[in-house]
Amino acid sequence: MKLAYWMYAGPAHIGTLRIASSFKNVHAIMHAPLGDDYFNVMRSMLERERNYTPVTASVVDRNVLARGSQEKVVDNIVRKDREEHPDLIVLTPTCTSSILQEDLQNFVERAQLDAKGDVMLADVNHYRFNELQAADRTLQQVVQFYLEKAKKKGDIPEGKTEKPSVNIIGISTLGFHHHHDCTELKRLMVDLGIEVNEVIPEGASVHNLKNLPRAWFNLVPYRELGLMAAKYLETEFGTPIVDITPMGVVETARCIRKIQQVINDQGANVDYSEYIDNQTLYVSQAAWFSRSIDCQNLTGKKAVVFGDNTHAAAMTKILAREMGIHVVCAGTYCKYDGDWFKEQVSEYCDEVLISEDNGQIGDMIARIEPSAIFGTQMERHVGKRLDIPCGVIASPIHIQNFPIGYKPFLGYEGTNQITDLIYNSFTLGMEDHLLEIFGGHDTKEVITKGISAGSDLNWTREAQTELNKIPGFVRSKVKRNTEKFARERGFNEISLEVMYAAKESVGA
Amino acid sequence: MTVAQPQPEGLTFECETGNYHTFCPISCVAWLYQKIEDSFFLVIGTKTCGYFLQNAMGVMIFAEPRYAMAELEEGDISAKLNDYDELKRLCLQIKRDRNPSVIIWIGTCTTEIIKTDLEGLAPKLESELGIPIVVARANGLDYAFTQGEDTVLAAMAARCPDKAPVAETEKNERNAIQKLLNFGKQKEDVAQEESEYANHPPLVLFGSLPDPVVTNLTLELKKQGIKVSGWLPAKRYTELPVLEEGYYVAGVNPFLSRTATTLMRRRKCKLIGAPFPIGPDGTRAWIEKICSVFNIQPKGLDEREAQIWASMEDYLQIVRGKSVFFMGDNLLEVSLARFLIRCGMTCPEIGIPYMDKRYQDAELRLLEKTCHEMGVPLPTIVEKPDNYNQIQRIYELKPDLVITGMAHANPLEARGINTKWSVEFTFAQMHGFTNARDILELVTRPLRRNNSLKDLGWDKLVKEDAKV
Repeated sequence: MKLAYWMYAGPAHIGTLRIASSFKNVHAIMHAPLGDDYFNVMRSMLERERNYTPVTASVVDRNVLARGSQEKVVDNIVRKDREEHPDLIVLTPTCTSSILQEDLQNFVERAQLDAKGDVMLADVNHYRFNELQAADRTLQQVVQFYLEKAKKKGDIPEGKTEKPSVNIIGISTLGFHHHHDCTELKRLMVDLGIEVNEVIPEGASVHNLKNLPRAWFNLVPYRELGLMAAKYLETEFGTPIVDITPMGVVETARCIRKIQQVINDQGANVDYSEYIDNQTLYVSQAAWFSRSIDCQNLTGKKAVVFGDNTHAAAMTKILAREMGIHVVCAGTYCKYDGDWFKEQVSEYCDEVLISEDNGQIGDMIARIEPSAIFGTQMERHVGKRLDIPCGVIASPIHIQNFPIGYKPFLGYEGTNQITDLIYNSFTLGMEDHLLEIFGGHDTKEVITKGISAGSDLNWTREAQTELNKIPGFVRSKVKRNTEKFARERGFNEISLEVMYAAKESVGA
Repeated sequence: MTVAQPQPEGLTFECETGNYHTFCPISCVAWLYQKIEDSFFLVIGTKTCGYFLQNAMGVMIFAEPRYAMAELEEGDISAKLNDYDELKRLCLQIKRDRNPSVIIWIGTCTTEIIKTDLEGLAPKLESELGIPIVVARANGLDYAFTQGEDTVLAAMAARCPDKAPVAETEKNERNAIQKLLNFGKQKEDVAQEESEYANHPPLVLFGSLPDPVVTNLTLELKKQGIKVSGWLPAKRYTELPVLEEGYYVAGVNPFLSRTATTLMRRRKCKLIGAPFPIGPDGTRAWIEKICSVFNIQPKGLDEREAQIWASMEDYLQIVRGKSVFFMGDNLLEVSLARFLIRCGMTCPEIGIPYMDKRYQDAELRLLEKTCHEMGVPLPTIVEKPDNYNQIQRIYELKPDLVITGMAHANPLEARGINTKWSVEFTFAQMHGFTNARDILELVTRPLRRNNSLKDLGWDKLVKEDAKV
């Protein structure tokens, strides 16, 4: 058992449901107790979805415990097949059903006899995989299922498309800015003269999966989702993979160069260097921003990054390489893929943190006291408590992270969006100076509830008055540093003298 | 309601497949940890449970809540790890970090299936740790949403002291409500105030309500000379009310049938079966019933009720003649439907997860009476509804308002059907005379919103025909 207050990645079935509900006309049936269909609420609220979420539960109740599901699951599958005529029904196990150890595969086979659509069992173990791994696995499973089916029927179209083309793999419902990223990637492909063969799973029909091998290459923008499917396609059909996330100016360029190489290998004769130069220097504002006076003010400021592999790694590189910001710590909650993360970021930050424990991450932030945090909603709240601004760069996320306006993180427009996000997260440069000079506009007492420790030290009236004169946005930091100093030296009261000594010693 | 009353005639009861959307009953920790200030809720379950709580409670999660998951891992499932040792380790950690007066273990589907003997482990650990451990099996195999509170309160009922302290002053000390009402008064004043109450056997109310509502209902009864001796749950675990054999108890919410049964059978209390104090009509009927049991002639209720109805006239104009459909997910449906019918609405269907006809008997009869008096057809009460079928019925009936969970709200709105999110009724303050307007505030909100949008021609916002 583990005492847990918060989790970064959801349970496995959420991943399966994200894939199933991303496809068009695919229905998921969860083998789950009442109340486990909370996924529907999330999709309906966060994505403001107009359609019913194609997920229903085959409810596990006392009767099921006593006698097994018997006909119930099969009936529910057949019923859904009749009511809605989905192309595919994915039977989704949950934590409950995985310990019941019912033969779900058998239910699927029996239901398949009566159902017109296809029926499949999502092959994910609740206790071993999280949401992201399950999503990756389910997507691969669906792709493999339909390609094998097509192969048997001799239905797979011969050869590649005439012009260079791409499958974009890994765009999914409830993904962080996935819809906007998808639009941006399609625009980028148009610019590069590459046809988009298929986008999966979002909005795709399972009938089109047989066309996947026609693409010249597969683009997998996110590290967490799509790589398994792409690797399957590589093994079976030799389709090369481009798995460089085009996030940030340098990485976008690297991704495009890789695409150039991959399609030139197959006989295209393209040179994208002029396009990259033009975009970098004149279209995207990010490169120019790095050069501008604004960005100069950010030089050497401390930042902390935490999120999923894709976004935390890309963000770390952008901050360190493209803006000269000092990334003290970069972290990920994708423990199962931690080595990749380490390899990606180690040269761009002082330390790497791989953890799923929000308490540990909160303490790390409290210790480092960065000028800005880039993390998930959890880090945003840590930031609020410690008075440190935070830009949200990865799931888990709230409804405000599903903006209606166009806000991609990928591609050249993505670089603009990220620039705004970073710049707005740091206290604005000039404002910062002016506040320091004029003593700040916030003179009211700030109650700081530190995450690691509350204050057990007395401040003399003079010291307190002095502290109150310090501008609001740095006051809590000064307070904490002074207390740290006092504690280390065994003072139990903080007088003006101690305060100045602290300032001299640790720069508080 | 000690013996089964004859069932009300006329209402139709149906039971469907139970394929409906509702919250998992572990959600009760969200409001109970706030209500019981010195408690700590430990939900013993999986990532699925944690994910639900984390998302359902939204920003509350960031406020260092007094609840946590004991997340079961593969070793726990396969009994490689010892439940007792694991729970002891976690509870010690909780004791060290938070020092609560009680730890409430919430059993989940998983602990049911692997048959963790929480009730057996708790007393042992309790004596070892020196903290009371209350076990509530609030799982999705057996219960829906608000029934979670029912399981917790039923377990709490067993912990209420069974003897009033000897000295009267001590008793006053024990009781938070009493303290609140007597605040700053001299002993003589208190004694004088005692005489304002009629001479009736002790009455304890059960059901978790926000403190302002508790004060409000307590004062409402005080006006009738009825003294509330205690409330289950109280603000703190250490202030749980005394329950002696022969005490009277009354419920304030329709989903508390287990608690009621426990109070009757285990604590030998007498249950006052009354409609629930939701809406001015319900509040009045609730007070009247309590008065009648104590042989007290209620006074001033006519005027009080009339005055509340008059103050809601602006909202009543909006709802009169409109129809409302309850998909059913929190067991408040019958009381709300009864109130809305009194407001002049019609109601073809009341979906409800679970219908205890004995505990809700008085409420059902009031519903029936209300329908007759308002001259509207009796609703069908659909237990364990099937959401798919309900949506087909909604398309046919075209109700003016559907009260439903968030899973269906946006899709229905996109198809031009007004909806109100049902969960809001669970968290809103809606009991008693004073809060009646708040219920209508919620109910009329979609209607008012759509009044302001009605000329824009933006009713239906989906392209294809509705598919579920």
